[in-house]
Amino acid sequence: MVTETSPSPKLVPTAGSRNRWFAYASPAVFYPLAGKLIPWFFALAALLTCVGLYIGFFIAPTDFQQGDSYRIIFLHVPAAWMSMVIYLAMAFWAVIGLVFNTRLSSMMASALAPTGTMFTFLALWTGSLWGKPTWGTWWVWDARLTSYLILLFLYIGFISLQAALDDARRADKAGAVLALVGVVNIPIIYFSVQWWNTLHQGSSISFTAAPTMVATMLWGMLIMALAFWAYSIAAALTRVRCIILEREKRSDWVRELVEKQS
Amino acid sequence: MWLNFSAVVRRDLLLSFRRRADVLASFFFFVLVVLLFPLSVGPESALLKTIAPGIVWVAALLASTLALSRLFAADFADGTLEQMLLSPEPLSVIVLAKITSHWLVSGLPLVLLSPLIGLQFGLAGDALVALFYSLLIGTPVLSLIGAIGAALTLGARNGGVLVSLLVLPLYIPVLIFGADAVVTQIMGNSGSAQLMLLGAMLASALALAPWATAAALRVSVE
Repeated sequence: MVTETSPSPKLVPTAGSRNRWFAYASPAVFYPLAGKLIPWFFALAALLTCVGLYIGFFIAPTDFQQGDSYRIIFLHVPAAWMSMVIYLAMAFWAVIGLVFNTRLSSMMASALAPTGTMFTFLALWTGSLWGKPTWGTWWVWDARLTSYLILLFLYIGFISLQAALDDARRADKAGAVLALVGVVNIPIIYFSVQWWNTLHQGSSISFTAAPTMVATMLWGMLIMALAFWAYSIAAALTRVRCIILEREKRSDWVRELVEKQS
Repeated sequence: MWLNFSAVVRRDLLLSFRRRADVLASFFFFVLVVLLFPLSVGPESALLKTIAPGIVWVAALLASTLALSRLFAADFADGTLEQMLLSPEPLSVIVLAKITSHWLVSGLPLVLLSPLIGLQFGLAGDALVALFYSLLIGTPVLSLIGAIGAALTLGARNGGVLVSLLVLPLYIPVLIFGADAVVTQIMGNSGSAQLMLLGAMLASALALAPWATAAALRVSVE
């Protein structure tokens, strides 16, 4: 872990001033804060994963129809939820960066994209593994699966577009426009099981009615979702620190940091 | 605003007719791709009839993504695009005019040729009509959505492949409903529900895509 000094006093406003929190919009001020938060979130993710998987494998009952093969739900559903939440977060930060012309917001969006891609791929893969014994097929072109596959390609397109553009600010803004255009896919994925006849089952959990699944299964899924959430935050913060160092490499504070390292 | 729109349409049509080779290239690409499939899967007519809607639609998608690079590239290269961005006319109107003329030279020929291609694949009657209408409503949507991708990748490295990567996922709903309209018609039911959904996509693309394209242009031409 890199040890760094806090940024020089002129970068952090005095206590009691109104825009104290806005100081963290500066990459120099945010960098050490992220550094302090990362170990806590990784620890939380590890702890919640252990608890969630324990509940999933040892406490949740065997399913009446599917036997024990349903237990992959404790990876599949939280990964799917996280991939959609991360896309919304990524689009949110990208749009903030586009509208307010802040660098750090766009860096955060770029940092979130690979984690979102990974969770999308995980959900697709675990879904396939689950589908074979239960539905009899690895894949089906119904509305939910097709729109979810489109989400994977939207993530890949976002990463490719930013990789192909050399000018960092242009890449930030172009990615923001693309993320915003793609955000219409998220409600389509979510409502696809209601709007169409799909092989993928409908929602067992809704905001307006009691869940239709056993409480221990539900708790296992929610705890795994929180675990993945903590992991995503930790991974994104780690990645954004790397992006900050790359993008701000000509500034004084980064030069001092590098000098202290060597 | 109408004067502005018609002036840009007329200018782009004139420029396209001066470079007919570029325009015809993507048209012949469409015809060639469609021809490749009977050669590869064999001439059995029942099979061809089944896969015809999908093939024609995928070929239309690929021809559309190929033609997209022509939309803004020439104007970007000689500085006209920058003048369009600086003009007091709304950029969305100028963009919509460019997309319209682009569709007229690259999308409309595909639509007009489609009944002939449908006949080659053994489609008849209502299925041909459904194919024609699905492409008539669908190809403008492809041009509108594709314009966003073209604007984002203006002058980027590897732009041709990159624009396909960005734009094809967004094309997938159009492809699904367009091909499904024809398939439903072949099976004897009416494809009008899918055509109406395509119409809804066209309406929302007409409203939103020029604005998104204008935003993307302002990002790319800075």
